[in-house]
Amino acid sequence: MSIFKLNGVHLKHHKNTADVPPVRMPVPKKAVIPMSMHIGAPAVPVVKAGDEVRVGQLVGEAAGGLSSPVYSGVSGKVKKIDEIISVTGAHITAVVIEPDGLQTVSEEVVPPTVTNREEFLSAMQRSGIVGLGGAGFPTTVKLAADVSRIDTIVVNGAECEPYITSDTRTMIDDAALVAEGLGMLMKYLEVSKAVIGIENNKPKCIASMRQATEGMEGVEVRSLPAVYPQGGEKVLVYHTLGRVIGEGKLPLDCGVVVINCTTVATIAKYIKTGMPLVEKCVTVDGSAISEPKNVIAPIGTPVLELIEFCGGFKCPPRKIIYGGPMMGIALPDLYLPVLKQTNAILAFDRKDATPPPETACIRCGRCVSHCPFGLAPCDIADAYAADNAAALEKFKVNLCMECGCCSYVCPAKRNLVQTNKLAKVKLRNYQTKNREGGK
Amino acid sequence: MDNSMLLVSPSPHVRARHSTRSIMLDVVIALVPALVASAVIFGWRALLVVAFCVGWCVVAEYIFERICKRPVTVGDLSAVVTGMLLGLNLPVSIPLWQAAVGSIVAIVVVKQLFGGIGRNFANPAITARIVMVISFAESMSDFSVNDAVSSATPLSGGEMPSVLRLFLGDYGGCLGETCALALIIGGVYLVARRVITWHTPVVFVATVFVLTWLLGENPVEQVLTGGLLLGAIFMATDYSTTPSTKWGKVIFGLGCGVITVLIRVFGNYPEGVSFAILFMNILTPYISTLTKRRPFGGAKVK
Repeated sequence: MSIFKLNGVHLKHHKNTADVPPVRMPVPKKAVIPMSMHIGAPAVPVVKAGDEVRVGQLVGEAAGGLSSPVYSGVSGKVKKIDEIISVTGAHITAVVIEPDGLQTVSEEVVPPTVTNREEFLSAMQRSGIVGLGGAGFPTTVKLAADVSRIDTIVVNGAECEPYITSDTRTMIDDAALVAEGLGMLMKYLEVSKAVIGIENNKPKCIASMRQATEGMEGVEVRSLPAVYPQGGEKVLVYHTLGRVIGEGKLPLDCGVVVINCTTVATIAKYIKTGMPLVEKCVTVDGSAISEPKNVIAPIGTPVLELIEFCGGFKCPPRKIIYGGPMMGIALPDLYLPVLKQTNAILAFDRKDATPPPETACIRCGRCVSHCPFGLAPCDIADAYAADNAAALEKFKVNLCMECGCCSYVCPAKRNLVQTNKLAKVKLRNYQTKNREGGK
Repeated sequence: MDNSMLLVSPSPHVRARHSTRSIMLDVVIALVPALVASAVIFGWRALLVVAFCVGWCVVAEYIFERICKRPVTVGDLSAVVTGMLLGLNLPVSIPLWQAAVGSIVAIVVVKQLFGGIGRNFANPAITARIVMVISFAESMSDFSVNDAVSSATPLSGGEMPSVLRLFLGDYGGCLGETCALALIIGGVYLVARRVITWHTPVVFVATVFVLTWLLGENPVEQVLTGGLLLGAIFMATDYSTTPSTKWGKVIFGLGCGVITVLIRVFGNYPEGVSFAILFMNILTPYISTLTKRRPFGGAKVK
């Protein structure tokens, strides 16, 4: 489709857990369910200490349009409504539940009646489903767009981060669900064309998705080169459809809805069973994990319990991250829970975890030549150091998707993507000040 | 489990294996064939001159950084590369004190005074060589082969040896510039290791070939003699002093080629590679700005 490919980096895939089906872990001893697992306003707790809850029962209701309801993944007793510190350092409310181990399903869990678009959207709103690729954007907001603006659905099955195989397993084990969910999306969004983009290092996924979508009109499974960050929204849309999502624009602005493959499968599961998003398949891997595997765990399971289920640590862990090694966030606390959008928990030993010391930029240009969007991180770093916000605007640091290719390839080991993130904040403040000054 | 053991650092949590040091080590490895060839052609003193330059470059960098209370960076091997390149750009009979002066100029004046690695706008080895050509004109143009008889480089009017001898480097010249075979081996190694790209060297050499041919010279002799291959492969590909974009590299090579030919054919100096690279070093920021890629999906800046 696209003549020129965007740049990126070739990473070691480390897809160690790709060939083993996920295992369901026993009920955790404690479940900590945060009210903020999505972009937008936090949900509001509707249970109080002492309440009995069941699997699939609402514990936090959505607060406004850009929010998402939260359900319990365990049955048991609410111990307290607590405040925890999330990985971003924000204080967030969480419902702490002591499971009874029975996993009694709530009577609220009944398949929704969906016969038209309105019913579909309202079901999506109730499902608690958010973007499961990692961003946590409430899915219903994405789908509520004006149907006349959408002509294509792109299903993201790239899974370009190393180690993570939870999407891989979805596409192998639940290919039929993905196909079914895609069928529903095409029907209710009135779209006749869909592309499923999968990196070519997952031939099994490509084969199973091709088989599952056989006979579906307008659906194409596309094999893509395994070049990180193939699963970046703008990269994926360009490489599958040849469309460029411009500065400050959304996929919707060029007629596309991009949706993660596990999100699609979860949509189908909800419509069929009425069970909202209460559990996740999480890849547990990394050099400090004894038995790497994919684990199905209730949302709210403390990370430590998940790791203990995988045989615990085989050596002292030095760094634990949510998500993949390129964009994942390091955890300050082992008792933080599995979130809706958690697709992997990786633990690394001292050797893998210690960041190399930063040295002077040698102006080799590798950060520029590997940036998918053609930005110049070395120049951005200079402008940031010089406090030159006008230059940051010119260098388009706002386009940076924070994929981390620049830091990865830098031979001087400079923290370029971190500087980009700081520079984006500086640029936003500068632009806000300019706008106010102009009034 | 104790949380205090956990390290919280920004992503990415994996890094590519190469480093400044490994890149510089690759350049050192790529220069080894030329170094061996120089010892075979010019005798053991070739090794002495190069070792002397390397030693002085490393010591100068260490002392300067200690005096300025900057972190000592001799471990990144960039001073070693500068020393090797400078040494290979000198004639075998160069007095050692002059080589020391050149090394100090390269590291202190050209590199460290501008802020150290990555901050210098001119190639240290090239600039030091030019300083030496001007300051020590006599000893810098005393090219002798292993029989220790002084002779001129073919470019300055000496007798032109056969193409095979030119290719193997058995004629008068600077230590590292004569053996085309060794230099090409080093260049192929650097491209294969992705330390440099082919753009600058190929465009530089091709420009010299075509222009000298158009001007009625023997293009093969023009390409094989003088410092062209050494300059095109090892000095016109220096990171901080040349453009980093693909088209920038093409323009840089083209400019170097044109200036080299103009100096060789019409100028007073028999050799123009050093001046050409230095001149293009100065233009590098402009070339970089002109050849910048437009960010993907980026709106035009008003």
